[in-house]
Amino acid sequence: MAEPAAAAAAPAGPVLRLEGLVKDYGGGEARTRALHGVDLAVGRGEFTALIGPSGSGKSTLLNLIGLLDRPTAGRVVLDGQDTGLLDDDGLTRCRGRAVGFVFQFHHLLPEFSALENVMLPMMAARGRQTPDMAECAGALLGQVGLGELLHRRANLLSGGQQQRVAVARALAMAPRVVLADEPTGNLDTRSADALFALLRQVNVRAGVTFLVVTHDPRLAARCDRIVELVDGRVVSDRPNRREGS
Amino acid sequence: MPFELFVALRFLREGRAQTALILAGTTVGVAVIIFLSALITGLQTTLVDLTLSSQAHVVLKRPDRVTRVEPPPGGEAVVARVEKVPEREKSIEQWPAVLAQVRATAGVVAATPTAAGSAFATRGELSRSVALRGLDPLTFDSVVRLDDKMVAGRFHVEGTEAVIGTVLARDLGLEVGDKLRLTTAQDRGDVFTVSGIFDVGNRDVNQRWVLVSLRQAQTLLDLSGGITTIEAKVADVFGAEATARVLGAATGLSADSWMRLNQQLLSGLQAQSSSSAMIQTFVVIAVALGIASVLGVSVIQKRGEIGILKATGTSTGTIKRIFLIQGAIVGLVGSSAGGLIGAGLSAFFAHAVKNPYGDSLFPVALSPGLFLGASAVALATGLASAWWPARHAARLDPATVIRHG
Repeated sequence: MAEPAAAAAAPAGPVLRLEGLVKDYGGGEARTRALHGVDLAVGRGEFTALIGPSGSGKSTLLNLIGLLDRPTAGRVVLDGQDTGLLDDDGLTRCRGRAVGFVFQFHHLLPEFSALENVMLPMMAARGRQTPDMAECAGALLGQVGLGELLHRRANLLSGGQQQRVAVARALAMAPRVVLADEPTGNLDTRSADALFALLRQVNVRAGVTFLVVTHDPRLAARCDRIVELVDGRVVSDRPNRREGS
Repeated sequence: MPFELFVALRFLREGRAQTALILAGTTVGVAVIIFLSALITGLQTTLVDLTLSSQAHVVLKRPDRVTRVEPPPGGEAVVARVEKVPEREKSIEQWPAVLAQVRATAGVVAATPTAAGSAFATRGELSRSVALRGLDPLTFDSVVRLDDKMVAGRFHVEGTEAVIGTVLARDLGLEVGDKLRLTTAQDRGDVFTVSGIFDVGNRDVNQRWVLVSLRQAQTLLDLSGGITTIEAKVADVFGAEATARVLGAATGLSADSWMRLNQQLLSGLQAQSSSSAMIQTFVVIAVALGIASVLGVSVIQKRGEIGILKATGTSTGTIKRIFLIQGAIVGLVGSSAGGLIGAGLSAFFAHAVKNPYGDSLFPVALSPGLFLGASAVALATGLASAWWPARHAARLDPATVIRHG
């Protein structure tokens, strides 16, 4: 698998640093605190599992790291950039360049082909479609095993195939970090294993950092590091000793 | 292809049923606007043309003499009735100079002298009261065109030639080459040869007008080289009243524009225009609401897609433009299709429905300006209608819509 250019040019140090991250929802008496001062540093190329019960703040944390939302307090430093200093357009540009997303429900655009779905982040960044994008997207789809299905509409692919397209799309801009929110939650065991293997392959070969939210202890056990969140607080952060590692 | 256009086209293509609905709505709206405008403009143009086919835009004549009522010294006069002073036709003083002044006035494109008065036309034992009009054949045609209204003979009034209308010709049993006698109140008369018969589409004019040369009319009306009226044509037909006021003030003559003489027609035209504008406004509102509601539904349906576009680096402005472009595309395509349908409908009615004379009952006036105007309205409506859905789409929170769809 080709190494993303951004990863190759990355500076040393943690690729992601969270400092005292607080997130409140609502206001006044209805205010609910979802995160209570989360501190976390994720090194380049790490494959980290984020686990915890439902409502523990995993998705909230992922949204803040992915710059889809702003923290109530604290800082998200992504690839050396304090994202709190960016305006909305700056956040959008930073998100498009540095973060890739894989969601539980793949969230592909059904009216677009697999190739076009992967090209979307590139087109959004450059403002137009160029021939090299198709080449790059085709190569990424080939790497996730969908080289034969480039022009098939997303809604005509199987669940596993759609999630592979989502992985290729997440890698389209050669991001520093890929955030995966229960990427296998909607797949059968066999497809889930295959997809997880693919994510690990990308992680190992391209050095892309992964932060994966999962409820599946089997998958968490195959990650480098496991961070456990309970009631908006990190209650456990431990390296994972994997079989054969 | 720009990213926004690429996504907008794809959204429109994939939402086929919705796209077809808003395109149909816009197409019908534009077709109605074009058809209605062409029809109303055509009808009005025809009515005005018909009215002005036998009428100068501005007519100048000596002001009527007014009887002065002198109150007795130290008292009031109670006037029960003031009789109009009976007077024969009188010439405009120094008319060549006045004619030159009229021709030199801004907005006047042509002017011609005429001598007009009452007369009787007699053939054998048949007699009709007529309006005698003496014209200068060299300049009259530049003010009122009659040569293309001739149904027999030609428009020629040299010597003792006379041109009459179709109704008078039928009443007196006259054909081209026949003789008729004209006698005026001044007890002067002469025999004329009918050189042509016209039909201006106005029964009164066809029945009453007898056109002879200016010299003959001057003799019959005892004007001794004088004229009773100066008739002028102006550049802006609907500016005739303003020009008439200028001419009246400059010459001291009584100046009547065709607009003052046809106030009922003008009121009718204005009412027609107002009704048409109102209908078109409601059509535009209906089209705008249709586009806005369908695009609004589209935004709700595509919340997930919008969220993912934002998550993958698409800016708020780009999202907004994607929906504005959809509105613009709907406006442009709808206006093109609506323009064709409107033009086709107009042409169909113009050719299919005709009066007994073979003229169109629905004369239509299609012009490039009308199509450009309708297209501009459709484009503006599309953009304005898409503005709210676009704003709503741009404001969607990606985290929320991705999580909850």
